[in-house]
Amino acid sequence: MLKTRIIPCLDVKDGRTVKGINFVDLRDAGDPVALAKAYDAQGADELCFLDITASHEGRGTMLDVVRRTAEQCFMPLTVGGGVRSAADLVQLLRSGADKVAINSAAVANPAVIAECAAKGGSQAVVVAIDARKSGDSWEIFTHGGRQPTGIDAVEFAAEAERRGAGEILLTSMDKDGTKSGYDIPLLKAITETVSIPVVASGGAGSAQDLAPAVLEGGANAVLAASIFHFGEVTLAEARQALADAGAPVRPFET
Amino acid sequence: MTTLALIDYGSGNLHSAERALRAAASLAGSDIVIDVTSNAGRVARADRIVLPGVGHFADCAAGLRAVDGMTDALEAAVISGGKPFLGICVGMQLMAEWGLEDGKTRGLGWIAGDVRRIEPDEGLAVPHMGWNGLVLQQDHPVLKNLGDDPHVYFTHSYAMVPANQADIAATADYGGPITAAVARDNLFGTQFHPEKSQRVGLRLLANFLNWDPS
Repeated sequence: MLKTRIIPCLDVKDGRTVKGINFVDLRDAGDPVALAKAYDAQGADELCFLDITASHEGRGTMLDVVRRTAEQCFMPLTVGGGVRSAADLVQLLRSGADKVAINSAAVANPAVIAECAAKGGSQAVVVAIDARKSGDSWEIFTHGGRQPTGIDAVEFAAEAERRGAGEILLTSMDKDGTKSGYDIPLLKAITETVSIPVVASGGAGSAQDLAPAVLEGGANAVLAASIFHFGEVTLAEARQALADAGAPVRPFET
Repeated sequence: MTTLALIDYGSGNLHSAERALRAAASLAGSDIVIDVTSNAGRVARADRIVLPGVGHFADCAAGLRAVDGMTDALEAAVISGGKPFLGICVGMQLMAEWGLEDGKTRGLGWIAGDVRRIEPDEGLAVPHMGWNGLVLQQDHPVLKNLGDDPHVYFTHSYAMVPANQADIAATADYGGPITAAVARDNLFGTQFHPEKSQRVGLRLLANFLNWDPS
């Protein structure tokens, strides 16, 4: 049986992790490669790097981070942030990413999704959707959640699948940072519409928040940042909480 | 000195496979030389051969056939020469007779059967993406010592359907059994990605490096 993936997500700027990170026994918690290794050892099912670097020079730094991580961690790695074209995707895949998340560029020009799928295969293309409740539906926001688009999130998810996305990374802008749990109605609306896997993101505040995203929301994977980085929840606790609630997880012995 | 030819024909997981094979060699205590090559002559002379592959069956088949002399060298080394062979993901699918992804594309024809789109029931997502348990169907040296309930990383929408059940080395349960590994004689193939499957994957690769099918 396929297991629920638990995915720690690291924000990286100019080659350094940005959110405060409190990791026991780690000499340099600002080094994304060291953190990736720590999560690898704890049995994370996949890692996600989100590049929030603004400058052009920083892009090369990110490729180096990806390369050094892939040299040491034999696990799936998704990289997103600032991906504009199929050429960007190819560069990241060559550096060692397994999947590349496209956000603003896919919303601005959905044809990019098909171009990326043609170059890297659908399994390498993740479309990242940042959505906020608007009346009875959800609207997509881009540029780190600052820019409204007027585009319906559910309709766009269906279009992303049609154009060759292999996965949806769905972040609730209403829930992100609140630590009040994932946005279950949003997850349900998307997972009932598409047949590709959906990763839940935004709102995890405790280990108990993870299972509802899977069991009620229909997500295939749960992504979280601060609860793992601050040591509030270990990967082992996350696995246990999911298993206790009835969501299957991968057996892992540290 | 023994060498392993890791075939470079533009596949996306080439470097991941290279890094994992180097780590596996260290784990296996092997001093095998990992030769990443698109040179048919070097493949013909290698002691072991690994064919990676991700993405589209037809693209990979075309990419492999575009490398001068490569399919002939593979045929000579693997089928006539009996060298241990490992295919990973689409590299494994290419061992089949036919791929049915967007039309019908001829594979290497080493394992009787087709590669077909997976159509799980129960509203399961496609691609089959993530960690799934291996159900061993053969007592095979490459599948030894993987631990209790070994899990490996899959990401695929198509899977091999071998004509002979005996060629299936392992399955995974995804709304029914799907082919996770195939094996016959000196041939081994994994639908999953050992290079992305942490300790279980490295152990499997180390087993392959030590495997003597003769």
